[in-house]
Amino acid sequence: MELLERFAAGDVDAFESLFRQHQGEVYRWLMRIVRNTAVAEDLTVETFWRMHRAHARFDPARGNCGAWLRRIATNAAIDHLRHARREVPLPDDLPATAQQPHGEQLELRREILRAMNNLSPRVRAVVLLALVEEEPYQRIAEALGISESAVKLRVFRGVRILRKTLSEAGVHP
Amino acid sequence: MKEPQIDDLKKLLKDSLPPAHGVELQRDLWPAMLQRLDQRTLRVPWWDWALLATLTAALCIFPGIIPALLYHL
Repeated sequence: MELLERFAAGDVDAFESLFRQHQGEVYRWLMRIVRNTAVAEDLTVETFWRMHRAHARFDPARGNCGAWLRRIATNAAIDHLRHARREVPLPDDLPATAQQPHGEQLELRREILRAMNNLSPRVRAVVLLALVEEEPYQRIAEALGISESAVKLRVFRGVRILRKTLSEAGVHP
Repeated sequence: MKEPQIDDLKKLLKDSLPPAHGVELQRDLWPAMLQRLDQRTLRVPWWDWALLATLTAALCIFPGIIPALLYHL
């Protein structure tokens, strides 16, 4: 029996194989949205937990486990951003540039993080994936379970809100 | 909104928030996954607690059903 079929039948060894095959890919996708190593690790486990819980609903004939995992991971990341929004601003432990930011650059980065935090989690995820990570709209649409035109709409909405927030803070892109 | 306007903002965002392309997972997360699976197996679902609470409340409000319940057990 194929690996995906065994997973759909509830085989834990098959689940472990899939976990080991895809954990890096899921982690990298999550890092693009949450931009924090500890959070991305927790959400990787959460993603596979959700996948394990839904094994009976997985159709091995469709076969695209990676796309299914990306969709679960995106939902888990958006749920996280929704809860974290009320508590702390967008964490970001990736270095700003090759050199450490200082003075004006640091202030600019802070303003951008603040502006990003003003966006709703769904719009923020799309803005990060489309504008910062330059993921194709089709891939973002698949991960969010929406159409490409809906992705474009969210990008435009995000850009408009970011421009407004940054202008109010004296930053004019 | 025109594309050049988006490009300006895109450049600003990318300068401040670098893409996470080179990021790699530093450790195997399978042990954490196993821990998560074990925790969840031991957890009693909330609806079981709700059912127990409803049953207890019913027994307190209508103690007369206790003998009938015992008879049927």
